[in-house]
Amino acid sequence: MAERSFKAEVEHLKLGEGETFTGEGILALTKALLEAGVGYVGGYQGAPISHLMDVLADAEELLAELGVRFEANANEAAAGAMLAASVHYPIRGAVTFKGSVGVNVASDALANLASSGVTGGAMIIVGEDYGEGSSIMQERTHAFAMKSQFWLLDPRPNLPSIVKMVSDGFDLSEASNTPVMLMVRIRSCHVTGTFECKDNQRPGLTVRDALSNPRSDFSRVVLPPMSYAHEQDKINNRWPAAEKFVRERGLNEFFGPKQASLGIVVQGGMYNGVIRALQRLGLADIHGETQIPLYVLNVTYPLISDEFLEFCAGKDHVLVVEEGQPEFIETQLGSFLYRAGSQVALHGKDLFPMAGEYTGAVMLDALEGFIRQAEPGLLPAAVRAPNAEKPEIPDLSKTVPIRPPGFCTGCPERPIFAAMKLVEAELGKHQIAADIGCHLFAALPPFEIGGATMGYGLGPAANGAFDGGGEKRPVAIIGDGGFWHNGLSSSFTNMSFNKSDGVAIVVDNYYSAATGGQDVMSSRASNPTKSTKNPISKALKGVGIDWVREVDRTYDVARMRDTIREALTTPEKGPKVIVASSECMLNRQRREKPLRNKAIKEGRRVEAPRFGVDSEVCTGDHACMRLSGCPSLSLKKLDDPLRDDPVAHIDQSCVGCGNCGEVADAAILCPSFYRADVVHNPGGFEKWWAGLRSRVIDWLIQRRATRRLEFRVAS
Amino acid sequence: MTVHESLAPREADPRLGGIIKLAILAVGGQGGGVLTNWIEGVARANGYAAQATSVAGVAQRTGATVYYVEMAPLGEHTPIFSLMPAAGDVDIMMTAEMMEAGRAIMRGFVTPDRTVLISSSHRALAVSEKTVPGDGIASSEEVKAAAEVAARRFICADFDSLAVRNGSVISATLFGALAASGALPFSREAFEEAIRAGGKGVEASLRAFAAGFEVASQGEENPLAEEAAAPADVTGPDHLMRDWQALIERTRALPGDAADMAEAGLKKVVSFQDLAYGREYLERLEGIAAKDHRDGTLAREAAKYLANAMAYDDIIRVADAKTRTGRRERIATEMRAGEAQVMQVTEFLHPRAEEIVSMLPAKMGARWAANPKRMALVDKLFNRGRRMRTDRLSSFMALYFLGGLKGWRRRTLRHADEMAHVDAWLGRVTEVVDRDYDLAVEVLRCQRLVKGYSDTHARGQSKFARVMEGVGLVAGRDDAADWIRRLREAALLDEGGKALDGALKTVRSFV
Repeated sequence: MAERSFKAEVEHLKLGEGETFTGEGILALTKALLEAGVGYVGGYQGAPISHLMDVLADAEELLAELGVRFEANANEAAAGAMLAASVHYPIRGAVTFKGSVGVNVASDALANLASSGVTGGAMIIVGEDYGEGSSIMQERTHAFAMKSQFWLLDPRPNLPSIVKMVSDGFDLSEASNTPVMLMVRIRSCHVTGTFECKDNQRPGLTVRDALSNPRSDFSRVVLPPMSYAHEQDKINNRWPAAEKFVRERGLNEFFGPKQASLGIVVQGGMYNGVIRALQRLGLADIHGETQIPLYVLNVTYPLISDEFLEFCAGKDHVLVVEEGQPEFIETQLGSFLYRAGSQVALHGKDLFPMAGEYTGAVMLDALEGFIRQAEPGLLPAAVRAPNAEKPEIPDLSKTVPIRPPGFCTGCPERPIFAAMKLVEAELGKHQIAADIGCHLFAALPPFEIGGATMGYGLGPAANGAFDGGGEKRPVAIIGDGGFWHNGLSSSFTNMSFNKSDGVAIVVDNYYSAATGGQDVMSSRASNPTKSTKNPISKALKGVGIDWVREVDRTYDVARMRDTIREALTTPEKGPKVIVASSECMLNRQRREKPLRNKAIKEGRRVEAPRFGVDSEVCTGDHACMRLSGCPSLSLKKLDDPLRDDPVAHIDQSCVGCGNCGEVADAAILCPSFYRADVVHNPGGFEKWWAGLRSRVIDWLIQRRATRRLEFRVAS
Repeated sequence: MTVHESLAPREADPRLGGIIKLAILAVGGQGGGVLTNWIEGVARANGYAAQATSVAGVAQRTGATVYYVEMAPLGEHTPIFSLMPAAGDVDIMMTAEMMEAGRAIMRGFVTPDRTVLISSSHRALAVSEKTVPGDGIASSEEVKAAAEVAARRFICADFDSLAVRNGSVISATLFGALAASGALPFSREAFEEAIRAGGKGVEASLRAFAAGFEVASQGEENPLAEEAAAPADVTGPDHLMRDWQALIERTRALPGDAADMAEAGLKKVVSFQDLAYGREYLERLEGIAAKDHRDGTLAREAAKYLANAMAYDDIIRVADAKTRTGRRERIATEMRAGEAQVMQVTEFLHPRAEEIVSMLPAKMGARWAANPKRMALVDKLFNRGRRMRTDRLSSFMALYFLGGLKGWRRRTLRHADEMAHVDAWLGRVTEVVDRDYDLAVEVLRCQRLVKGYSDTHARGQSKFARVMEGVGLVAGRDDAADWIRRLREAALLDEGGKALDGALKTVRSFV
């Protein structure tokens, strides 16, 4: 079960002709797919399109009613491959994953798909994870469209434009027999707005129907000599067809005056940022009515030479607003101008920074710089000669600490890394490779474990060079999400086949947790439409790995530590894998908290654990912090003139996972921690017995208190 | 080049002033999404077009998150809104934590010409602040001072504890503060309606909303007011109280503000052991104070650190702390356990051979400690984690018994070790005080390095020893005190003492 439920929002997907939809970008995308008569959907979760997968999963019932198949694909390659259904059958299909990493994984399938060409519309919805909030390397998906020649759509970031582009995109795909990729950026996925709905369409041919009437055509298979024909077909037929369609349908948009000495070419997704900068320069009104001509590329690949040259006609300066690098669009447009012998001065990365997000400030500076060069008379007086003095604001860069993401309160991965720290203290530092997922936060303080990540499911594979062994064993960490995504084949068969002597730790938290808690093969939950509860250890046995240790409660730090130590020191040769399992606390709390509250309300007996620190016993050395980093384990300053350093303190967000106590014990830190289990609705006998005990204890305490001086404890 | 007539410079569209730009900086898990929904809701319900965006990603775990809302009065056409806040172009900045306010200022989202900054003053400490062995907490005061300069208006209060007190989360109190700020052109009722429309936890949210509204419009109540009326903090039999008073009288003779510190110190050592031990503390302290030929700083620091050194953390102290009056009640309050509930308390203890042997008589203990075989045997017998349920009689009695061993304490190896440490340390102070008063003060302050239990304690002692080595190196120099302060501060920066080793290396390079 995903961490966010869209059950309520899914109702909006049933809206019909004439009704108005209000909500988030990804929901609008889903609605648009249904309106376009899609026949099958799928994908693999990952920010910023995780919620799109969650919406589809929650909408499964509605999809089934419409005859639409939903597949939660094993990974992006599987999702890309699924679009094969549109090669021979006139069925529209859509898959979604994140860019650029998801596209990397899918690229094998996408390249084959693009070569074969499609009959039914094939759409890949890519959440471009670039700029603020991104969790991956900063690259562009654009290059994939160029190398495999599928069309890249980058609509203006508002709901009506995005929804229209889904429908136009399918048409374009079918008109040019080419798959299309619809790109949405992080903020467009979450942007809210409204659009006018149409009725949902059942697919003309469902995937079930297709199975009854199978088709094949060897000219579609990527094998010589057909593969040569595919390349010719792309250039001679599909590409011109796409250009024609884009022009005729008017997918790219023009705004502003027809006549001007300057103009701006902008990726659709950057449109709002450009308008805001123009608004601030007094060159556009609140509704985006601009005084500078804009050529908005809602289709960023292919670029259409004629259309662009027409836009440039009569202009002296043209600016290209293209986020990210390399500047593929600017380079291509420059070559169009050169081939046409044009004198237009082309600007872009000379004014914009080559690398990094185009923030409001960057956009404003670059546009102002462009107009200053091209037509300075346009700038308002205040911008032309700024004279207002800005007040000096104190520099806080040394004060404000960075706040990178980390493990949640009660995360079951924390004790695994605390245990690794303890083993490191005994056996020294080891070569450690990490994977993709929450566990990668261990690379940051306080743990600083893991030196590299090579991709999803590739953690143990990244230690391949060390498989031959040495004095110390290499260690790899991988999550259960990574294990099933690609890890079993790329990492574990690699270890097994090459007789690796290394250690791999599988962090099994029952979900693909970092992407929002979607189910995976080994999830413990019952899922009516998916096969879950397949143990990781069984898969490992299947690929010939026999040294497998399962730790089913990661919070047992001592056991965790001993198991890791055993893996690193056992004389046994061959791969050694530890499967460390405990449920993701975020999901567990979401599941259990309402049940617990309900039970308490209904008068049933419930034990609620939480940890605390005796501030009198804590010396403020913060050794526990260096093995935890838990958000609920914090510091507080005591009102005690004798104390210099703040002491540990556990706030009420503690979920009682046990890590503090276990670590204090296993690392022999200090006796400051205690766990308090509050028993709600205790039984009659239990209450009486507890009362009796506490009366005896109180009597003993009082007895001692009356015979000596007692001081109030600072807390 | 021709200038087209239609392109003559113009003033910005006056309607642009109607766009209200509101950004929220929060820490993941604070309910920024809910707050954003409410703000959008109140705008849409009151004749405004609104657009919200957010950057979630992995930051939703514990990192910094950004939400952004723009709104403008509904017209015939939809306005074009931006999807991200721009430096110098934010009307309302809401930050759900004090350092996030600092971050907002650093990013240029708070400017004097336009920005109303609404911030919670509470802290959610970053990992880097918590792991420092010393005090690594960033200064909220610096951020507040910067906010006073940077913001057009600055509304700041602890909206987090205010929310918790009202059984809700910070999004609700911040929403209340936003309503009270008057920065949005909607009535209080309109805001409350948005909460009702949200439909989840409405009552608690409305209560917290009202509290946030109140505090933002009238300022925060002073939390210190309650503490002033604390009950008398020393109780006991009359004869002990009389002796106690006598000791307190003696502290009055100490110079400067050392008397107050000595009173706190006395409480600590008497509570640790007994009145006789308190007298010993005073004697030692008076010995140092007699050499205080200046403003009393030496006496004050001696009062502070001598108390800490004499009230060392042994098994008896820990056991006593866990079986004292008031502890159960304190925990029950913190855990919100009332009469209707039963509370079970589990302690996590892990004594090693070192701790067991340190409780033996000094000579015998020293012999045992020097014998690795014997230590291994003791480890085998005792060294394991012990979970003790102190709400049960058996475990309680065991700790109660240990806590009552004060009569035995003075004979133990631990006591002998600690007293040797105190004597050596104070000896060092006495040695340098006549020649270099400031250095003597710094040497006293180095006791701060000795803290923690087991390995942490050993590391602390090793750092202390290394700094004392430094004292030997720099004593006699004009800047000796300054160097010892630097060494001590370096020692508090990291666990292993890397910074300290570096600083010592520097010292060695010039002596």
